Amino acid sequence: MSADYGRIFKDGLWENNGVLCQMLGMCPTMAMTTSATNGLGMGLATLVVMATSNLLIASLRGYITQQVRIPVFILIIAAMVTLVDLTMNAWMHELYKVLGLFIPLIVSNCLPLGRAEVFAAREPVLPSFCDGLAMGLGFTAALTVIGAMREIVGSGTLFADASLLLGPAFKFMEMRLLPQDTGILVAVLPPGGFLATGLLLVVKRMLDIRAGKPIAMAGAHSV
Amino acid sequence: MSEQRPITHAVVLGAFCLGFGVLLAATDLVTHDEIDLRKVEDLQNSLVQVIPQSIHDNNPVKDAVQVKNDEGKEVTVYRAIKDGKVTGVAYAIEGSGYGGPISLLLGVDAEGKILGVRATAFKETPGLGDKIDPAKSDWITRFTGLSLGNPVADKWKVKKDGGQFDQFSGATITPRGVVAAIKGGLEFYTAHKSEFMEVR
Repeated sequence: MSADYGRIFKDGLWENNGVLCQMLGMCPTMAMTTSATNGLGMGLATLVVMATSNLLIASLRGYITQQVRIPVFILIIAAMVTLVDLTMNAWMHELYKVLGLFIPLIVSNCLPLGRAEVFAAREPVLPSFCDGLAMGLGFTAALTVIGAMREIVGSGTLFADASLLLGPAFKFMEMRLLPQDTGILVAVLPPGGFLATGLLLVVKRMLDIRAGKPIAMAGAHSV
Repeated sequence: MSEQRPITHAVVLGAFCLGFGVLLAATDLVTHDEIDLRKVEDLQNSLVQVIPQSIHDNNPVKDAVQVKNDEGKEVTVYRAIKDGKVTGVAYAIEGSGYGGPISLLLGVDAEGKILGVRATAFKETPGLGDKIDPAKSDWITRFTGLSLGNPVADKWKVKKDGGQFDQFSGATITPRGVVAAIKGGLEFYTAHKSEFMEVR
């Protein structure tokens, strides 16, 4: 059976988006989206871990017995997180200083574990790797949008400090949309995370309804 | 798969733990020296920011002394020396923030005035408490030039507590911790000044 890569990417980015459909990884989604740049950083770090952990799990799946698969998946994901953490600290130190804060948090994200269980444990290596990439991209997109909503309302800026994360070439992305000190603070505080995520869910469902798609009510526990 | 005996699962899990343990140990071995090197570079980069190049002709990391603070803990004091005289010192201080300890580096000149403060390691909330980072806000640079008498001891607090320093909107604990740490750092300077100034 040849894998349907178009389907994998469509699922990851929209139809089965990790945040908006599977409702997984809520902890980093709420905590790390105080600005668009933070959301983007967290998303990118998660993307790397998901792609590599999916790749490893798919290649080793023949040796993992059913009964111990969950601890083994967690072990692999945690090992990948530590590996990325150490490697970046040593050789990409400038980037590490910005992203370092996010990396250990990936272990607490159940999205990599969810994808390991439903996808990488059943499918061949390349489709699993692509699934990790696609889910990571979808996660990054969702976090960036939530971060942008909270940042615009809460601080009046968009992509502030993006040049610290992506390099000086991205200075142009940094915008101030509202005058200083006019933001509604609650948006960047924890309740703002729930509000922004909820609003985004509403938008997604309205679009799905308009497209005539059934709403998956069991979204939260479908994995 | 279900007919496998429990021992099989134990062996599989054990093998994976061993394998990934070895992998992580190997990564640590390879990256350990590099990470230490980066730490020293970071320290030197921070030192340059809290001790201006113009006031010394030595390497402050080499001319460091160990001084015991009031709690009996050894503090490494990096000293800027020019023409055989100590012109300034820098040392690590620690404040308690919202997300755990905040490590800062404080530079003080020979008269007890702050040359500069920089946060070196902290886990404050991104977007709120991380404004102590000079890359994100100029807040921390406003301490430069201040001393224990300026402002008076009573005013070494955030505005919310009746002092003169701004807190951040949405984050008071972080600046409160930093202000207290800097005040403590200056008191440490006053108490141990004679030990800093001896050039051996």
